[in-house]
Amino acid sequence: MECIFGLVGDGFALVVADTSQVQSIVVQKTNEDKIMILDSHKLLGVTGESGDRVQFSEYIQKNILLYQYKNGIALSTSAAANFTRGELATALRKNPYQVNMMIAGWDKDVGPSLYYLDYISTLHKLEKGGMGYGAYFLLSLMDRYFEKNMSLEKALELVDKCIEEVRSRLVVSPPNFVIKIVDKDGAREHSWRRTVEDKQGPPPTAAPIASPMAEDISVQS
Amino acid sequence: MSITSYNGSALIAMVGKDCFAIASDRRLGVNFQTIACDFQRIFKIHDTLYIGLSGLATDVQTMHQRLQFRHKLYQLREERNMRPETFASLVSAILYEKRFGPYFCEPIIAGLNEDGTPFICTTDLIGAKQLSKDFVVSGTASESLYGACESMYKPDLGPDELFEVISQALLSSVDRDCISGWGGIVHVVTPGQVVTKTLKGRMD
Repeated sequence: MECIFGLVGDGFALVVADTSQVQSIVVQKTNEDKIMILDSHKLLGVTGESGDRVQFSEYIQKNILLYQYKNGIALSTSAAANFTRGELATALRKNPYQVNMMIAGWDKDVGPSLYYLDYISTLHKLEKGGMGYGAYFLLSLMDRYFEKNMSLEKALELVDKCIEEVRSRLVVSPPNFVIKIVDKDGAREHSWRRTVEDKQGPPPTAAPIASPMAEDISVQS
Repeated sequence: MSITSYNGSALIAMVGKDCFAIASDRRLGVNFQTIACDFQRIFKIHDTLYIGLSGLATDVQTMHQRLQFRHKLYQLREERNMRPETFASLVSAILYEKRFGPYFCEPIIAGLNEDGTPFICTTDLIGAKQLSKDFVVSGTASESLYGACESMYKPDLGPDELFEVISQALLSSVDRDCISGWGGIVHVVTPGQVVTKTLKGRMD
């Protein structure tokens, strides 16, 4: 049950997403990064159909960089959000992408901004928002505790409250979350909130079990 | 839920004495969940022409972008603004182009003619124009809106009285519709100026 949310604070914007990749009843991995860094000062958090998620977000990222290379100037967050909306809207009545997105960015003149972009390409600029089943719990938490121009510490406290709520109240809640931040210093990964570690690599070698049929047992390590 | 009631909306336009008022609610929702209370449904085409779009929010945004594009092109070619009747015909034509795969939005067009007389009209989602002398409504709360407007409306109201009447009609109707409301915005347009006011209503 994917969950993505974001909020705008004092000079920064945060996007938080779960990191589980699920196929039917199987959790394939728990460290899937669903928040793409579009360019130096933009984040695109995407949830939804896995193939569409990866294909569409990579397509948007490449086009945003292409604009920068062609024109020598980067797109503003508002322009990038509207471009993304346009691509989704054009595809909507042909072969729709089933992806929900939160776009966050930082511009010198506007400061931080956050956009909600639905799978049917409804675009809206927000100070706080969320999508997925988790949103049913954390939108009201954010209504209660969010203030304008929060400091990063207070914003992270709110994010942790939201993650706790999703973990405790959502039936198939994702175990791990990633938090990414964008501010005047750029877009970057901030931290993870893990409860499960993904085991990497083959299991450690163990001594072979002694068998009465074996004449010689040698242990190699 | 039906596709036209996916996001929720309520719109009214009313005719007064040499002025008109256009009002909408501000909720953006996804079925029963509210996403925002500052969604824009009424768009200015030029100083004396406004269009309000109800229905599916994505089509509201797409229609607004297409109409703004067409009007800007018209301005470049004709070196003047579009008259309200012409614009209404343009809206109707654009909607009918998609007759067998329509935009799920129902616009309200309100403007002042060159002589200062107000013009309002509405169309359905495939462009059937409906001109009116007094008021037009649109949105998920349309049945309530028809009733409220019919009882509260009087002809030849001045701008201030018109604002009162349209605000009361909007607020009382959206209070009976769970997926519209969460505030309101009213534009009262006279030949010389536009007064925009936001309404404080029940936020539920």
